[in-house]
Amino acid sequence: MATPIEQRGYAHPDALVSTDWVEQHLNDPSVRVIESNEDTLLYSSGHVPGSVHVDWTSDLNDQLRRDYITRDGFEALMSRIGATKDTTVVFYGDKNNWWACYAFWVFQLLGHTKAKVMDGGRIKWQKENRPLSRDVPSYPRTEYKATDRNDAPHRAYRDDVMAHLKKQGQLVDVRSPEEYAGTRMHMPDYPNEGALRGGHIPTAKSVPWARAINADDGTFKTAEELKKLYCEDNKLSPAKETIAYCRIGERSSHTWFALKYLLGFENVRNYDGSWTEWGNMVNVPIEK
Amino acid sequence: MPEKLQQLVDTFQMFDPADRTGMLLSYADQFKDVPPSIATRPFAKSHLIPHCESDAYAWAQKMPDGTLKLYFAVENPSGVSAKALATILDKTLSGLPASEVATITPDIVEKIFRQNISMGKGMGLMSMVDAVRTLAKAASE
Repeated sequence: MATPIEQRGYAHPDALVSTDWVEQHLNDPSVRVIESNEDTLLYSSGHVPGSVHVDWTSDLNDQLRRDYITRDGFEALMSRIGATKDTTVVFYGDKNNWWACYAFWVFQLLGHTKAKVMDGGRIKWQKENRPLSRDVPSYPRTEYKATDRNDAPHRAYRDDVMAHLKKQGQLVDVRSPEEYAGTRMHMPDYPNEGALRGGHIPTAKSVPWARAINADDGTFKTAEELKKLYCEDNKLSPAKETIAYCRIGERSSHTWFALKYLLGFENVRNYDGSWTEWGNMVNVPIEK
Repeated sequence: MPEKLQQLVDTFQMFDPADRTGMLLSYADQFKDVPPSIATRPFAKSHLIPHCESDAYAWAQKMPDGTLKLYFAVENPSGVSAKALATILDKTLSGLPASEVATITPDIVEKIFRQNISMGKGMGLMSMVDAVRTLAKAASE
């Protein structure tokens, strides 16, 4: 059984809530539970009662450019799910919360800071035999007013990574060891989505995302365990600027969340261009 | 492709995304776990479907008349797609001669799932079709 969140020593424990907490707040009008998955069938097959579905491709991504929705798009999304600036959004999803953390991260770009992640995600909820519903809830539409999107504190672009590299800044590669080594161009059991070169960004430390969670229930490890992993074993300093990356930025959103909210890294950004950008760029440094 | 499977693929092609999702869930709901007479947990790893993130297993029983009966187990509670495809394969292929089952190809996965196929899921589902084809080939030799 996982240690209670408040006893794990996290820097910002309020960013993480337990399945118990979510079940106790199912009827709380100030809370909107959001399911974000890779598998598009899962929400329809049964979800946390009252939760809404936010799909990373159709709801969070710009449908033309490789970018996220604009302020207008976010206002439309939040108004559709009946959220206001005061609504606390709680994300959960499949794949140990990859997409939940990714959605959480996109929401930070768009300024909705009242956000949490449900520890253990969808699989923990299911394994605990908590209620699932196929009823799609309908909430009264709101007129959500967003602030301008501000990527800078949370998102790194390729030029930021270049500048970071020149400053010998901290980089964390959260992909599998095979992807890091360049012997594999994609995740195990995933199709090759096209990087022309294999390897990693020079100086990046290899810390596969899954090492931050307990394999048995998908919950995050304690702060002490995470400190050993990131700070002691891999010599990453919470006080130094840090950039995390993976293949498209979803696994690294998970690590970004752990570093920022659980360990209190002061300046950590997610490079969502990740290897599908870096591994295709001309004449950028790569190590194997 | 076996006729019943072709008909089902054709039906899926006609559906809009919402109906396709509903039909896939309907098949997933009809999923039947492998009976103890065929296999019991822990299942032999030789029946584990490679690359399938739903931790799915497949068996084929050759009947006296030369036809096949397919069985599946899906251990991941989130394995909705795996359950749907397993049910589809069982309903359209069980009862056919092994040699006919061996003609199936993984491209049916894209035709059935369309927008419901995700990055990680596609490889596993195609691997399920491959596993059934391999079992059928072995049974037809």
